[in-house]
Amino acid sequence: MDVLINLSLNGLATGMLIFLLAAGLTLIFGLMDVLNFAHGGLFAWGAYSGTWIYATTGSFLIAIAGAILTGLILGLLTERWIIKPVYGNHVQQILITLGLMLVLSELLKVVWGPNQISASPPSYLAGSWELGNVIIIKYRVFIIAVGILVFGLVQYILKNTKIGLIVRAGVMDKEMVQALGINIQKVFMLVFMIGAGMAALGGAMLGPYSGVIYAEMGLEFAILAFIVVVIGGMGSFPGSILAAILVGVSGSFMAYYVPSLSLAVNMLLMAVVLIFRPQGLFGLKG
Amino acid sequence: MSTQLKLSEVETYIGQYHILQGVSFEVREGEVTVLLGRNGAGKTTTLRTIMGLNPPSKGEVIYKGEVIQGLPTYTVAQKGIGYVPEDQGIFSGLTVEENMKVAMKNNDDATKERLDWILELFPDLKKFWKKQGGLLSGGQKQMLSIARAYINENDLLLIDEPSKGLAPIVVEKVMETILQMKEKTTIVLVEQNFMMASTIGDKFYIIDDGKTVSEGSMNLLKEDEEMRRKYLGIA
Repeated sequence: MDVLINLSLNGLATGMLIFLLAAGLTLIFGLMDVLNFAHGGLFAWGAYSGTWIYATTGSFLIAIAGAILTGLILGLLTERWIIKPVYGNHVQQILITLGLMLVLSELLKVVWGPNQISASPPSYLAGSWELGNVIIIKYRVFIIAVGILVFGLVQYILKNTKIGLIVRAGVMDKEMVQALGINIQKVFMLVFMIGAGMAALGGAMLGPYSGVIYAEMGLEFAILAFIVVVIGGMGSFPGSILAAILVGVSGSFMAYYVPSLSLAVNMLLMAVVLIFRPQGLFGLKG
Repeated sequence: MSTQLKLSEVETYIGQYHILQGVSFEVREGEVTVLLGRNGAGKTTTLRTIMGLNPPSKGEVIYKGEVIQGLPTYTVAQKGIGYVPEDQGIFSGLTVEENMKVAMKNNDDATKERLDWILELFPDLKKFWKKQGGLLSGGQKQMLSIARAYINENDLLLIDEPSKGLAPIVVEKVMETILQMKEKTTIVLVEQNFMMASTIGDKFYIIDDGKTVSEGSMNLLKEDEEMRRKYLGIA
C-alpha cells in the first residue's frame, strides 16, 4: 500500500510539473494556432534562473518569483520578435521555434556552463512526513499543491473574468473576437507571457525535485507536454491537467513495475486516445 | 440623409482569386441597403472587406468621412460597425450570457437598456441564457448573433444572409427584428431571400461577378421582372 501511495504522489508531482508546461502550450496553440517548440526552452530558463536566484539570495520564494518574471520577459520577447512575424505559417513556426529552442539551450550553457547543476529544496520543504509505513516527501506535496493552486487560479480567470472570456472565445473563433472590437494581438501577447511564466515556474520547481538541472531538460519535458496537449485536447485547459496527471501517474507506475516500458507508455496512451477520440479527451470536434 | 458608408471601385483578392473587381455603393444613414446577387457573386466578401477581414487591394472604403480600408478589424468594429457573419460566428463553447458579455464594450445603463430590449425581442435568448451557444437551434444562433452585434451602440450593422438555413417561421421573426432595428440603426443586408430583402430594404445594389452592376430603390426592383431574372435568377 505504501508503495502505491508513494508511486501515486510521485506521479502526481511529475504530472503537475508537466501540466505547468503543457497548460501554456495548449492555450498558445488553441488561441494563437502556434506550435511553439521553444516552450521547453522557457521551462529550462525557469529552472536555471530559479536555481541561480535561490543560490544567490537564499530565498526560495524570491527564486520562484524571479523564475516566473524571467519566463514572462522571455515570453514577451519571444512573442513580439520571433512568433509575431510567422503567425499563420505552421512550417515557419516549427522551424523558427525549434531554432529558438536550440538557441535558448545553448545560451544556458554560455551563461551557466555546460555541466549539470545540482539543486535542492529549502530546508522547510526538505525531508518527509511518516504516516505509518508511508513516507510522504514534503516537496512532492508542495509541487502538487502549487499545481492545483495554479490550475484553480487560471481556471477562475478563464471562467470569471472578461479577459478569460475573451481567451476562451478566441480559442473558438479569433476572427469573430476581432469583429467584436477586441484587439486579439494584445490577448495573444498576454496568453503567451502567462504560458511562458507557467513554464518557467514548472522549471524552477523541477530543479529541487529531480536534484539536477541541465540545458537539454526543456526538450525532454516539452515532448511529454506535447503528448499531454494531444491527449487533453488542443486548446483545452482542463484537459491539460487531466492528461498531465494521467501521463505522470502512468509513467511513475510503469517505471516501478515495468521500467523498460516507462517511456513507451506515454506514446501508447496517446495512440489509444487518438484512435478512440482524435480530438483529445476534452477537445472540441472539428 | 447623409452618406454613412461609401465603397469606391473596391477590389479584393482572397489568395490568388480576384473576388471583388470593382464594387461601389453608398449607404445612407437610417436606411437598409440590400446587396443582392447570385451565389459566389462577392456579397459576403464585400462585407468582410468593409470589416477588414479581407482587406482590399484597390479602391476606397469610407465610413463617416474617414478612410477605413487597411485598418485592423477590431479598429473598424470600434468605430461603430457591428457584424453578423454568414456562419453566425457563435462561440459554441460559451453560454448565451458569455457570448453577450464578450461583445459588451461597456456595462453602463445604456447597454443594460439595450440588453433588456434585445431580450424582449428574443425571449428564447433569455430562456436559454445559461445554455451553451453550440447547443442552440439555427434560429436561436442567428438571434444571438444579431443580438451580439446590436448590444453596443453601433451606428451601422452589416448582416450577412440572416435567413440562410432557417425555417420560414423563424425567418419571419428575424425579419420582424431587423425591421425594428431599422428604426434605430443603419443596416447593410446581404440576402438571397427576395421576399425578406424587398420587405426590409430601402435601396438595393446588385453585385455580379465581383462588380456592382445595378442599383436603385427597392420598389424599382420589385417592378422590374427582367432585372430580377437576369441577375437574381428569380421572376
